[in-house]
Amino acid sequence: MILAASAFGQLALAHYLLLSGLLFVIGLVGFLSRRNLIVMFLCTELMFQAAGIAFVAVGRYYYDFSGQVFVIFILTVAAAEAALALALVVLLFRRKPTLNAEDWRELNE
Amino acid sequence: MMFSSMIQRLGVAAVDAGSLATPPLTEPVGTSEVVLAPHHWWAGFILYLPLISLILCGVCAAMKVKTKLPAWITAGCLLGSFVFSLLLYFDYGGSPELIPILSWINLSDAGGNFSGFAANFTFYIDSLSLLWIMFVTGLGTLITIYASEYMETDLGKGYTRFFAGVSVFLFAMVALVLADNLLMLYLGWEGVGFASYWLIGYYYQRPAAVAAAKKAFIMNRIGDLGLALAIYLIWTTFGTIQYDELMDVIRSGSWKEAYDGWAVDCIPWFLMLAAFGKSAQIPLYVWLPDAMEGPTPVSALIHAATMVTAGIYLVARTYEFFLLSPESLHVVAWIGGLTALLAATIGLAQYDIKRIMAYSTVSQLGFMFLGLGVLSTYGAAYHVFTHAFFKAVLFLTCGAIMHGFAGQLDLRKLSGLIRIPGWRITSIAMLIGCLALAGFPFTSGYFSKDAILAEAFITQGPGFEALGWIAIFTAFLTAYYTFRVWFRVCAGKVEYEPGDEHHGDDDHGHHGGGFHPHAPRFAMNFVMAVIAIGALLAAVPYFMDTKADEALAGGWVADMVHDSTAQGGLPGLDRHGQSLGQAVEHAHGDHAHPTMFGMDVHKAMYVVSGVVGGVGLLLAAWLHLFRRQDADRLKAFLHRHWWLGWLPRAMERKWYVDEIYHALVRAPLWIASHLMYAFDQFLIDGLLVDGIARIPRMVAKWFQPLHNGIVQSYAVTMAGGVALIALLMILFLQFWEIGGGG
Repeated sequence: MILAASAFGQLALAHYLLLSGLLFVIGLVGFLSRRNLIVMFLCTELMFQAAGIAFVAVGRYYYDFSGQVFVIFILTVAAAEAALALALVVLLFRRKPTLNAEDWRELNE
Repeated sequence: MMFSSMIQRLGVAAVDAGSLATPPLTEPVGTSEVVLAPHHWWAGFILYLPLISLILCGVCAAMKVKTKLPAWITAGCLLGSFVFSLLLYFDYGGSPELIPILSWINLSDAGGNFSGFAANFTFYIDSLSLLWIMFVTGLGTLITIYASEYMETDLGKGYTRFFAGVSVFLFAMVALVLADNLLMLYLGWEGVGFASYWLIGYYYQRPAAVAAAKKAFIMNRIGDLGLALAIYLIWTTFGTIQYDELMDVIRSGSWKEAYDGWAVDCIPWFLMLAAFGKSAQIPLYVWLPDAMEGPTPVSALIHAATMVTAGIYLVARTYEFFLLSPESLHVVAWIGGLTALLAATIGLAQYDIKRIMAYSTVSQLGFMFLGLGVLSTYGAAYHVFTHAFFKAVLFLTCGAIMHGFAGQLDLRKLSGLIRIPGWRITSIAMLIGCLALAGFPFTSGYFSKDAILAEAFITQGPGFEALGWIAIFTAFLTAYYTFRVWFRVCAGKVEYEPGDEHHGDDDHGHHGGGFHPHAPRFAMNFVMAVIAIGALLAAVPYFMDTKADEALAGGWVADMVHDSTAQGGLPGLDRHGQSLGQAVEHAHGDHAHPTMFGMDVHKAMYVVSGVVGGVGLLLAAWLHLFRRQDADRLKAFLHRHWWLGWLPRAMERKWYVDEIYHALVRAPLWIASHLMYAFDQFLIDGLLVDGIARIPRMVAKWFQPLHNGIVQSYAVTMAGGVALIALLMILFLQFWEIGGGG
């Protein structure tokens, strides 16, 4: 039933969820494998958007607009958080001219 | 509302007295009804003026006044209080009055039967409070004038603070004496204790003064606890704390209906504790001699003439409670007599004249309690009255000497003052004070002491006759140590050494030409002369006619006690039998007066105490005036024999009472506090507080490696956790779907 084509024509819900899952995994792998703070941050954004796609798709599937409303909120939060995170990165860079996360291990103290 | 209920209450009381007149049990012999006297509203100024003086002193302090202005403000205000007291005395109609001043705590319910709780600023004016308020405000005024000169070395430093303290004291003392209920009395009681602390610690740079102030405060707190407990018990037992209602309730016996049987026996003991704390009696007397660290006018006013008699006042005021359980009066008498003896023996062996006077005060207060205990309230009140004058003049002359000789108070280093120009008034005033204190015939102290001594032989009680002989022996010691001071200091050949206190403004002579004492000037001489004359005239009331009752001995002062709450202790006015079922069979009663050497005791006592005083005086004259070397020889003789030597040594060291208190109270407290400290340090802090705090730290040690600072490792942990939860949920859902049977 899930894989059956319906109002999407050729594209079923499963394709969207697949895309969402792929995006999420790419983001997660990028986050885990890279050390550059900005790239890591971009990866988290990627995971965010994966969740957004899943929301929209499921919302559309059930004809429920809550999913889209949720995505609007997610985007807003993401924008605010992006501003904060980039500002933090800038401040960190001013203290020590590096973007490598390994160099900030002392922050756990 | 308050007044209407009061009038209502008085009306009811009058009806009760009338209807119960037939059975002899409750007949109020000689008692007068309490009347409401709002037209004496101006009596409030007796209370307000010291307060105004305090405020003005505060203004002076804020303006940094460097003149004698605060002294004159205080003296003027106190003089005003004294004038109002006199007006009140001359306007007093012979029956106790209630003068409403301010409404304070007033929970009366005017309509219902509930009598409520009322403690207002209302004055209870009877002869007892009039007697007290007159000498308190009168001596307060005079001693303030004296202090204006005495304290002048502190001008611009502590001068204003001193007079502010005196104002606080007078305010509190007036509240204490004029209160119509026990709560207002308690307010004044605490107030005088605080003022005493303030003024003993006046020289706060001196550690001894600070220690003495604390000692006085703590000793007084012990007494205050007794007073507070007594007030609670009186409220729960009698349902009121206003004197007039209490007297009604006690005399009518109506309180017995709901009485469960132990409070009445406790009340007098708690009151006694309070009185012994304030008036320096045996367990709690040690603060008074140390209180001499304060300025001498304070010693004269607070620690000799007025405040320390508050205990006598309290007992006289609440005398009916003591009559309810007569054993308490026996204890009052014995404690009084023993304190008199103990303090007199200590006074014998001291060298500091101010300290001798302090012990003499303790001893005389003991006489007053003896008087209260042997049912001679008028003797006690009269002795308070005469003692206020002669002890004030003795302290003031000691102060003048201390002031003039740079703090010298050692009687071995002063001699022949009467022959030094400018010291004649001081010496003569001191002689008058000494004569009265020694009970020399026909001085005021002679009559007031006799009133107490004779009553000790007349009243029946456990060992009261022995107590009378103890008191006579004490009177002999008193005559001796008093004149030891006078003959040493004022008589003999002129010889003196200055003390070690340097006054800034009169350094004339410490360098070069030797020391010149500076004699007291007008203010001090004037006050000493006036109070000395007062001490002489204090004998006159004894011969003044009584207006109330022909049967009363003791003249005007007996009259002053007669209308008051202390009338239960009046010889001649025999109302003990009728007052209550718990009658006082040890009272004077129906048995004939016992005799002594075949004479009436009162007459015999005139002879005995006159002889005893004279012998003491002659002994002092021999050892300290004519042949002073004999005194040294006697002392050497006593010290040579071990079985005699301990006596003067122990007396000089005050019978080691301070040391005993130290060992019995302070040392155990010190040990206990250190044990508690250790308990707190090791068990509470170490095991409980720090121990519990250590648990999370130890647990955290196991998880600490996870917190390594590598962002990716956190992310892996988080992702792994999410994956694990997702996996579990999927598995769970599958099982659920299978179990649910899809």
